[in-house]
Amino acid sequence: MALDSTPKGWRSGVRYALLIVMAVIILFPIYTTIIASLKPGNRVLRNPLVPDSFTLDVLGDAWTQGRLGRYLWNSAVVAVLVTAFQLITSIASAYAFSFLRFPLKRFFFAIFMATLLVPFEVTLLINRRTVDSLGWLNTYQGLAVPFLATAFGTFLLRQVFMQIPKDLNEAASMDGLGHWGFMREVAVPLVRPTLGALGLFSFLASWNQYLWPTMITTEDDMNTIQSGLRLLRSSDLDKPNLIMAGTIIAAVPILVVLVVFQRQLVRGLTAGAVKG
Amino acid sequence: MFSRGKYGRGVASIRLVGVSKHFGDVKAVDNVSLDIADREFMILLGPSGCGKSTLLRTIAGLEDPTAGEVFIGDRMVNDVLPKDRDVAMVFQSYALYPHKSVRANIEFPLKVRGIDKTERAEAANQAAEVLGLTPYLDRKPGALSGGQRQRVALARAIVRRPAVFCMDEPLSNLDAKLRAETRAEIVALHHRLEATFVYVTHDQVEAMTMGTRIAVMRDGVIEQVGSPQEVYDKPASVFVAQFIGTPPMNIFPAGTLEPGAHLVGGRPEDTTIARDQGVAATVVLVEHLGHEAQVVCAVDDQTRAIVRMNPSDVLPRNGDTVRLNVPVEARHRFDSASGARVD
Repeated sequence: MALDSTPKGWRSGVRYALLIVMAVIILFPIYTTIIASLKPGNRVLRNPLVPDSFTLDVLGDAWTQGRLGRYLWNSAVVAVLVTAFQLITSIASAYAFSFLRFPLKRFFFAIFMATLLVPFEVTLLINRRTVDSLGWLNTYQGLAVPFLATAFGTFLLRQVFMQIPKDLNEAASMDGLGHWGFMREVAVPLVRPTLGALGLFSFLASWNQYLWPTMITTEDDMNTIQSGLRLLRSSDLDKPNLIMAGTIIAAVPILVVLVVFQRQLVRGLTAGAVKG
Repeated sequence: MFSRGKYGRGVASIRLVGVSKHFGDVKAVDNVSLDIADREFMILLGPSGCGKSTLLRTIAGLEDPTAGEVFIGDRMVNDVLPKDRDVAMVFQSYALYPHKSVRANIEFPLKVRGIDKTERAEAANQAAEVLGLTPYLDRKPGALSGGQRQRVALARAIVRRPAVFCMDEPLSNLDAKLRAETRAEIVALHHRLEATFVYVTHDQVEAMTMGTRIAVMRDGVIEQVGSPQEVYDKPASVFVAQFIGTPPMNIFPAGTLEPGAHLVGGRPEDTTIARDQGVAATVVLVEHLGHEAQVVCAVDDQTRAIVRMNPSDVLPRNGDTVRLNVPVEARHRFDSASGARVD
């Protein structure tokens, strides 16, 4: 044992050193953002890494000048819409691909999966034109509708639906459940941890959208938080840290969602572990 | 208490007419006809892959027959959904809903049928009491032992008071002791419920001890239907003779034990080691089981025969040459080509 401990200690030392380096790389921008947002604008460029003065004024300015309240609301509406619909459409399509029998099922599933190979940027222009032709520029539906369905969600949920034993499906049909009933009463409750993960993922992805909202909003009122931050930057040159403060404000809701959902996730995972 | 047909129709004889089920080229069930009387405990017995589970699932409605007709009572149910057949099913894997409590699992079939809450709770309490599950009603299935889960599956089946119970190897995941106990419980349940039971097993002990009749299946075909004693005493074929009974019946090649072109069978307890008369064989193994000894003999390269002997008798030793005989009245004769019984 004593002989073992030296190389083991050496190895874990290297491992921790690597982890610390990586943590510093990841945390450094967050640290500078927080420090900068809490300094008065005229002191930001002096000792940018040292928290030598403290004020909440910049955060306040960002909130009022940047209309962040309005942007946060827009982002929240879009993210909730997108998350809810992605969950619904993923459940429905994944259920069909897992439990229903229909002709060309594998073919359709392959087509579904093939859409994962197409990057969003490729469809950007055509989507922009479609949304424009529908008169949806500067609307919530314009912001949300292109993202209401996701092949990734379908794939993820199909994988977990396939894990549900066939006997359970048959027991349910003996008990008198149809497909809707089985989906509602058995399949969906059993995959709740995955639904939580998918929901979280959808919410984050939607919240952090930048390119699409920038492309289809021309009215300030319809900016989301990410596209709105851009305006903050151009609004005030003598407060270079205004955008830092805005970024901090933009990150708060996502932190809250993470904390709340994380608890849900853990609960879901332990419930799923107790198999019948 | 569990008078049947409360939520169903209550007529429970089953008639299968020329039922076949093919999966591609595989004939899982091949032109099977079988009458199961009301309140009978019918066992479908056979080795794995013989089509017994498929036949059961056809009765339950989980498989559509490729050909033939299934009647429950006087109603042809080929096109009737499983839930409308007045049939409950108990699965080998129990198939409990892991996210629901024991109570919710038991109540579930009633909930789906729109039975109101108080009636549901009462029925679940009764079923739980019958099966000794009352202390576990609020647990999740994951917190129960295998035997308890199996009882929850039974409770979920009886709570609907169906006319027919289909059971697919319900005991095969239990250990030997629990299996024996649950076997007795299911038989008691059959008496109590006055329902028709169709029970699939590959275990001949279950078949012999539980069933009022046994249907022995092989390769998708029913080889014999009869009471356990009939099937044991007068097996309809070499296959049945060797499948029922432990150790299996000895089958002697044509022309060895008696003249003629037929095979001759004798149960190990009827087979004796004789001094002068009988088939010559070599002892290859003597197994001591405590209450008896089993002497395994090689009649020829392909044929083994087992003799059950009293351990206090003088036992032959490995390599001894002996003569095996079966009293004429205990002999079974089978056609050497088809294997079918000839007397």
